[in-house]
Amino acid sequence: MATHEFAAQAHAHAAPQGFIRKWIFSLDHKVIGLQYFFLALTAVLVGMFLSLLMRIHLIWPTVPLPLLGEIKPETYLSLLTMHGTIMVFFVLTTAPQGGFGNYFLPIQIGAPDMAFPVLNMLSFWTTFLGFVVLLPAFFVTGGAPLHGWTGYAPLSALQSAGPGEGLGADLWIISIAIFCIGALMGALNFITTTLDMRAKGMTMMRMPLTCWAWFITAILGLLAFGVLLSAGILLLMDRNLGTSFFLPLVTVNGQLTGHKGGSPLLWQHLFWFFGHPEVYIAILPAMGLCSQLLSVFSRKPIFGYKAMVYAMLSIGFLGFMVWGHHMFMSGMSPYTAFAFSIMTMAIGVPSAIKTFNWLGTLWRGKLRFTSPMLFAIGFVSLFVTGGISGPFLAQPVLDIYLHETYFVIAHFHLIMGVASIFGIFAATYYWFPKMFGRMMNETLGKLHFWLTFVGAYAIFMPMHYYGMAAGLRRYSQGTEVAWIQHLLPLQKFITIAAFVTIASQFIFVFNLFWSMKKGKKASDNPWEATTLEWTTATPPPHDNFGGKTPVVRNGPYEYSVPGASRDFVMQSDEEIKKKH
Amino acid sequence: MATIATTATINWVAPDYATRLRRSRLGLLVALTPVLMLFVSFTSAYVVRQGLPTLDPRTNQLVRDWIPVKLPILLLVNTGVLVLSSAGMELARRQIKNAAQAGATSSTAEVSFNDEGKMPWLGITIVLGLSFLFGQWMAWKQLAANGFYVATTPSSSFVYLLTGAHAVHLMGGVVALLLAGVFALLRRPVTTRSIVVDVTAWYWHFMAALWVYILCLLEFAR
Repeated sequence: MATHEFAAQAHAHAAPQGFIRKWIFSLDHKVIGLQYFFLALTAVLVGMFLSLLMRIHLIWPTVPLPLLGEIKPETYLSLLTMHGTIMVFFVLTTAPQGGFGNYFLPIQIGAPDMAFPVLNMLSFWTTFLGFVVLLPAFFVTGGAPLHGWTGYAPLSALQSAGPGEGLGADLWIISIAIFCIGALMGALNFITTTLDMRAKGMTMMRMPLTCWAWFITAILGLLAFGVLLSAGILLLMDRNLGTSFFLPLVTVNGQLTGHKGGSPLLWQHLFWFFGHPEVYIAILPAMGLCSQLLSVFSRKPIFGYKAMVYAMLSIGFLGFMVWGHHMFMSGMSPYTAFAFSIMTMAIGVPSAIKTFNWLGTLWRGKLRFTSPMLFAIGFVSLFVTGGISGPFLAQPVLDIYLHETYFVIAHFHLIMGVASIFGIFAATYYWFPKMFGRMMNETLGKLHFWLTFVGAYAIFMPMHYYGMAAGLRRYSQGTEVAWIQHLLPLQKFITIAAFVTIASQFIFVFNLFWSMKKGKKASDNPWEATTLEWTTATPPPHDNFGGKTPVVRNGPYEYSVPGASRDFVMQSDEEIKKKH
Repeated sequence: MATIATTATINWVAPDYATRLRRSRLGLLVALTPVLMLFVSFTSAYVVRQGLPTLDPRTNQLVRDWIPVKLPILLLVNTGVLVLSSAGMELARRQIKNAAQAGATSSTAEVSFNDEGKMPWLGITIVLGLSFLFGQWMAWKQLAANGFYVATTPSSSFVYLLTGAHAVHLMGGVVALLLAGVFALLRRPVTTRSIVVDVTAWYWHFMAALWVYILCLLEFAR
């Protein structure tokens, strides 16, 4: 073998030397994971700021804001669109999978890196490009698009449909298309790495549930993002080449547009075929992580490991069968709606299995209420609260009443937004010591948890009532709508709660950066956990295990093993022989 | 009674040629899934759009706006070129694979565009691939000359969409082959180039099959 070939293969790739190769165009999955994490952190700050502007507008619609002036109704719709887009794609999809998945999947399965490091790097920079293309939409002529993160045609398919539907909407579509390509490259790496790079002894059924979650999420992404990409291409053609895929005979200001024969429902079908799995793309990693944390901090094996795996697989599979429940209002046949309704409610079964298994894990455990544990328990709470409103909306008859109301906002924010964000927080507090070699401050962590937990409920619980009282979503000025005047105090309460909750996030941001420099030094295994990332140095070396490969001999959740000298047995410890 | 011992590790061993090849093929298989989903999605849109009526504002009647496009004969010629290129690609794959297996013990085994005494199958494939793309461009010009532009009728929109999307994907294959050529010029190990060519070959065959499918869809489901 040639010398240079041997050198190239001595590690998956050589340790980078210069700043650019080490921190910018790095091939190291850990650095790429951090890049994704900080991209998501930037995005969430932007998305949060937009939500604050929306909340201000909802209760003080005519108050001029410093630098921004008065927020017009169309600007409100732009804020709504960009908030949703940034949060769904660049936060909820990016942080749990691209960030923590990238950093910890290879280490947890005992691999030196991802299968295709160059592709991994390209995946991040493609995602970054998508974000960079999206933000200027605010500043181009007409501003950002109005059509919501779901981009419903015909509004999204006509340049003349309103301010923001010109160049702003084109940038939005191109950004999403670029994001899709980045996400697909990432998914390709996750799947290949999981299938082909596991350490000796790391069978699929010995993988931590986090790895299962990232793996299943990657499969969902692989199947879903291609469809969104196709829809985006068709939409761009309708907008710029005069085609009529999604546009029927339609007039703008009384003038025929020249389009005819297309179907806005075609867009909805394609979009939601992606859109519903996207919910699970956001939340499955959090499910895997919380399973892990509840076991670690209860000092008990996860209750029903195999059931958890099969439940995640079932959720992933069923996630592709239910897109029609987003379209009950579209005039679909009641028989079709019934089928989608039944399939949707069927997801309740694996979801309930997971919930009961989480509770079973906690039951009679030696609970350690650390910050990551609190966020994991908070996740379960939010998952249940947000999930329980799902079966309401899964019934066409109820959905027709609730669909356009704040009830839906409350539902999906709790289950898809806040629950997933709690997963991200839990992951940050849990893995911070491994990533940065220091502990985050526990007091600040707990303060952050309680303010966020109470704050999230204070924001989203009232929205259920607001929705049931016919408070309509997408309305920018409830102050002008007679029948919801009596509900405005509720809106004010929500806005104040949002202020407090968002302010409390700066405790987290401060804790994050302060602890990087000033936090207490972390040991290699501060949580006394069992998975492979805790067997290596803190932070891990370039090739993860210092020229070695772990040999796995135990399952991922061997806690409180009877007769063991300590209450945890690591995956690469000598195989435990249990008494039966 | 459980006994705890020290953490077990073994020395990390660099993946050999067979492992790298297997991993790359697996990666390709995974990568083809979203490509397939993209075209499944287009097909779904094709079928749905074909069945949609539109309102004629003059008569207030529902009418069909789907005018079947007569495909240029040139597309058949292009199909032949692509099938030939796929055969050339397969020969290139086998040629370099043999060299890689022989070259596992030699650092000088090279296969490039013009290895002495060997058919330059890689170069031939690139030329055939580029010919196909040029032929597709000419077919577009013929369509336009016949009055079928992108927005003329939904069927012509799909013709341009499907042929265009396929061409973009095939260009990716051409770029990969050029990369293999550049690797040869840079004297990169034959094993590395073999993997690039092998994976691209399977991708190329997939693109050829996909093209045949697209052509059948456009011709037989007009």
